[in-house]
Amino acid sequence: MSEAQSSGAPSAAQATIQRRQPRRATTIWSLLAPLLGALAGLLVGAFLIWLSGANPITAYGVMVSGAFGGTRQITETLLLIGPLLLMGLGLTVAFRGRVWNIGGEGQYYMGALAGTVVGLFFQQRLPGLALIPLMLIAGMAGGALWAGIAALLKIRFGVNEIIATLMLNYIAEYTVLYLARVPLKDPTSFLPQSAQLLSPARMPTLVGTRIHLGIALAFLLIPLIYLLLWKTPLGFRIRAIGANTTVAYHAGMNVAFGLAFALLFSGALAGLTGIIEVSALHTRLKAGISGNYGFTGILVALLGRLHPLGVLVAACFFAALAIGAQTMHSVYGLPIALAQVIQGLVVLFVLAADALARRYGK
Amino acid sequence: MQDLNHLLTAAFVISLLTSGIRLAIPIFLAALGEIITERGGVLNLGLEGIMLVGALAGFMVAYDAEQLFAPSWLWLTPWLGLLAGAIAGMGMGLIMAVLAVSLQTDQVIASITLVIVGQGATTYLFRQQFGSLTARIHPLPAVPIPLLAKLPVLGEVFFQHDLMTYFSIVLLVAAWYFLYQTVGGLNIRAVGEHPAAADTSGINVTAVRYGAILIGAAFAGLGGAVLTVAQLGIFSEGITAGQGWIAIALVIFARWRPGLAFGGALLFGLATALQFRIQALNLQFIPYELLLMLPYLLTLLVLLRGTRRAEAPAALGRPYSKE
Amino acid sequence: MIPTNASTPPVVELRNIVKHFHGGVLANDQITIQLQRGEILGLLGENGAGKTTLMNILYGLLQPDAGEIFVRGQRSHFRSTHDAIAHGLGMVHQHFMLVPTFTVAENLVLGQPSPRKPFLENRKTVARRISQLSEQYGLQVDPNAEVWQLSVGQEQRVEILKTLYRGAEILILDEPTAVLTPQEVDELITILRKLAQDGRSLIFISHKLHEVMQICDRVAVLRDGRLVHTTPVQATNPAELSRMMVGRDVVLRVNKGPAKPGAVRLRLQNLQVRDDRQLLALRDVSLAVHAGEIVGIAGVEGNGQRELEEAIVGLRPVEQGQVQLNQQDVTNRPPRVLFNAGLGHVPSDRYKTALLREFSIAENLVLSRIDQPPFTQHGLLNQPAIDQNARTLIQQFDIRAPAIDTAVAKLSGGNAQKVVLARELSHQPQVLLVAQPTRGVDVGAIEYVHQALVRQRDQGMAILLISTELEEILNLSDRIIVLYEGQVMGECLASEADVQTLGLMMAGSKLATIANQQGGATK
Repeated sequence: MSEAQSSGAPSAAQATIQRRQPRRATTIWSLLAPLLGALAGLLVGAFLIWLSGANPITAYGVMVSGAFGGTRQITETLLLIGPLLLMGLGLTVAFRGRVWNIGGEGQYYMGALAGTVVGLFFQQRLPGLALIPLMLIAGMAGGALWAGIAALLKIRFGVNEIIATLMLNYIAEYTVLYLARVPLKDPTSFLPQSAQLLSPARMPTLVGTRIHLGIALAFLLIPLIYLLLWKTPLGFRIRAIGANTTVAYHAGMNVAFGLAFALLFSGALAGLTGIIEVSALHTRLKAGISGNYGFTGILVALLGRLHPLGVLVAACFFAALAIGAQTMHSVYGLPIALAQVIQGLVVLFVLAADALARRYGK
Repeated sequence: MQDLNHLLTAAFVISLLTSGIRLAIPIFLAALGEIITERGGVLNLGLEGIMLVGALAGFMVAYDAEQLFAPSWLWLTPWLGLLAGAIAGMGMGLIMAVLAVSLQTDQVIASITLVIVGQGATTYLFRQQFGSLTARIHPLPAVPIPLLAKLPVLGEVFFQHDLMTYFSIVLLVAAWYFLYQTVGGLNIRAVGEHPAAADTSGINVTAVRYGAILIGAAFAGLGGAVLTVAQLGIFSEGITAGQGWIAIALVIFARWRPGLAFGGALLFGLATALQFRIQALNLQFIPYELLLMLPYLLTLLVLLRGTRRAEAPAALGRPYSKE
Repeated sequence: MIPTNASTPPVVELRNIVKHFHGGVLANDQITIQLQRGEILGLLGENGAGKTTLMNILYGLLQPDAGEIFVRGQRSHFRSTHDAIAHGLGMVHQHFMLVPTFTVAENLVLGQPSPRKPFLENRKTVARRISQLSEQYGLQVDPNAEVWQLSVGQEQRVEILKTLYRGAEILILDEPTAVLTPQEVDELITILRKLAQDGRSLIFISHKLHEVMQICDRVAVLRDGRLVHTTPVQATNPAELSRMMVGRDVVLRVNKGPAKPGAVRLRLQNLQVRDDRQLLALRDVSLAVHAGEIVGIAGVEGNGQRELEEAIVGLRPVEQGQVQLNQQDVTNRPPRVLFNAGLGHVPSDRYKTALLREFSIAENLVLSRIDQPPFTQHGLLNQPAIDQNARTLIQQFDIRAPAIDTAVAKLSGGNAQKVVLARELSHQPQVLLVAQPTRGVDVGAIEYVHQALVRQRDQGMAILLISTELEEILNLSDRIIVLYEGQVMGECLASEADVQTLGLMMAGSKLATIANQQGGATK
């Protein structure tokens, strides 16, 4: 860091102090690094494709057309952007406070559970207009409460939230599977799954498409999260706690509340994702209702530089990769997990690029 | 209720203890490695990913070796697999070392990303290599120790395991001796407590931390390979099922001491073994999902008591730079 | 001192050393220095003059951008401390470079080749060698004691032993007296003389003039990265040296009138506090600070100052006793409550407790009031008000910064300190706790900070000043309280204080005892 600003005699420049410094290399770099990371990740992916005996260029061509090649493809991609965006936005808030919530998966399951129970209970009695908001609120509450266990353990007992949230993932998943298998079981089916959500409990869709309310909600949250983090005192406090807990505490901030809020908020969004996905897509509780969103969401938030707009871009990129990989699977027989490999590598490369820039950039 | 009587037969208890020890080994090895890494001041949360990579690499090498080798050499194949697991683990460790030590990225972020890469890469490679085939290899045979294996109860519980289980005890002693009695161990502990002091004493902090990460990752990779190659003889996606994370919890529980980590791992092994056995009894009044979540619940409980930061290496998680 | 002999080359010669840091700061500019065998060379300069950088280059911790190093006439290139140690160099660092959880013996063998490699050298052999060295130079320590259990003075002995254990012929001592009592300093001087007589060569880094005059044979003065002057100590005097250090006559005397103390604002009653190792760091500390006075806490570093500071501001639990602000009991209350009760705090470690490095100046200036109007209105941040606040305070406190959204990490120590001071004073607290206010702060800013404190005192603020710089305490305080091993040794008016008595108190004598002895002596 520079020690250049001296404090000798007063200077004339003092009076005309600038509001904003001109945006410089750092800003440009924060846009360039993810691009380079993505490129490097795709290159390694190309290498893997080539190893499997396919032509990487045509394979990536198949991938692109699989994600964007037509209305159906674009719809599929959009349907995946929704959950990735919701998860990434929630984790953006948590990570800004340096709360490492890697329990999105469990909070997703618990949100799905709470929302589905509400849906199953009221779907015969309430119209969709009343039921859907109720289910969404229940979903958020379910996710937040589940994250709240980790928050309690962290604040009261000093238990590391990384391990706590992760262990809670397994506990949540097994809990939901048990409930779906026994008390909530669909009596008309032999499979271990819950009864089905009926039409008032299903996400309303845009006429003639599969685009549903949940996608709209996800996009709506982009400006809201921005407002929360940069325009409210609460967001300021969360960022301050993330920057240095001791300083924040010493400045009179309620650190425990800030940490708990960040964790519960990300849990609520994970729970919201859970109920939206069940209501719109799976229609019942069963095994495999989460597409590993808890973990992919971490990558989305990191690649998006913990900024809502960045998260949007990252979610689009990751959704396209995943949907494209499905097409690539059906054409070349390449495993779908290729998308996950590329996603992880992209983030690793961005981390490396950032570090290199920090060292040699200035 | 008469089912419960099965719980208390001698045969039940013996088989419970025996398999508890077996099940403890992979977690223990990963935790032991992590202790060495964290003693060097690096927080590597990537164990889950590293174990998976070790598990798959070990499985694939042992599988190919079984196809290639003449029958008289087949005894060697699991050992090649275990070696491959450790080496593959070091490969993952190298990525972590470059990111965490050379590039000084946030260790939490880097290592969580490493887990996701490990999960994706193993799933991809396994699917690509084996498709929907259920491939099997021959796990390590049990090697009863002469005389001792004949002891009543004790013989069966302690002295009829595969060689890797015995070898893990050797590794425990070796790791302890390494940390406390060798120059390398002293350097690792110095770098984890006070890197600047180590640096001014003429120790290459970067090199020592690379070493600590690579050793730790090799142990984690070996732990993963023990699971697939030595014990199960199969691989499946996400086969470690959170054992890498449990190992990290265990390090905190064990207060960064190898011996305590072994004790903690045994506790988990027993819990898991108990879970399997109760499941096998098919008791209607206990849902099997509850049993499946037992190890994870236990981890949370264990952390409630084991989180005194004061005992952690002072420089844990902090990159070292001279300026 | 062994006379300089033209035919034998100097033990160490640094030639035209240049070192730049990020941001274009020239830390060392063409520095050439020679060190003779058996000589104690003083390296004198203000904080930030480039002393430490130069010595880090000599010790292989940093690489020079240009210039050469000669050791015993041989051109040497140190890529790491390892190389420097191999050439017979040793460094006693200001912040001790000892691993607290290791024993003395483990610390000494750290980084040393072991004859039993890869295993550690036999513990008994090591202990025997340590005992020999200890006796030879009067550096008594227990080789098997863990370092965290040692006193600061003992730790320093271990640091010196560590260099000797490695066979160092050339010792660099970085501000070795900063942590010692005046009496311990005398002991250190004896040891250093013995080392020099033995033919070892020493470089003594300091910014304390009288110590350099007392200890050294020659002195080299650095200012703003340049070598200003090199001279035998006999040929100079403190006044000349201080002029060369600062480039002008320093007036560190603060002009202030007598205090007009009012009501008690801060009262500590029988405070008992433990340190990180759960040892008692404060025992039965009681004191009161009135409106309109500055009370100085003097003492050698590590005698409970940090714990006192943290206990008052709510960062460390108070085991027994009470902290009262304006008659209100605030013991063990969170910082928020203390803030509302009228406490301001300029901490000893700015970046650990007061400033967010990556946040802007403007944001740091409203850190503790972000959720209050006018900075938050209708639940949203009011950016114009936050900016306006910053512009006002930057001007008022003469903070040098390119813009109000400059990250605080980019400021110099002095300007960062002004940001803290500006924020804390802008709350208009009734009680201000100031700890080490000029540590790492350049000379110009020191004057500013001191004057600001006196001004606040005159306006009726109650100020508790904790400082290990005795001069600062003497200049600013109206009353002085001496802390030793967590206990109050005594209290006196600044106008009646004499350095000798304060020194004795800082070394652990109660004021009452000293008074008795002196009384006896005069009779």
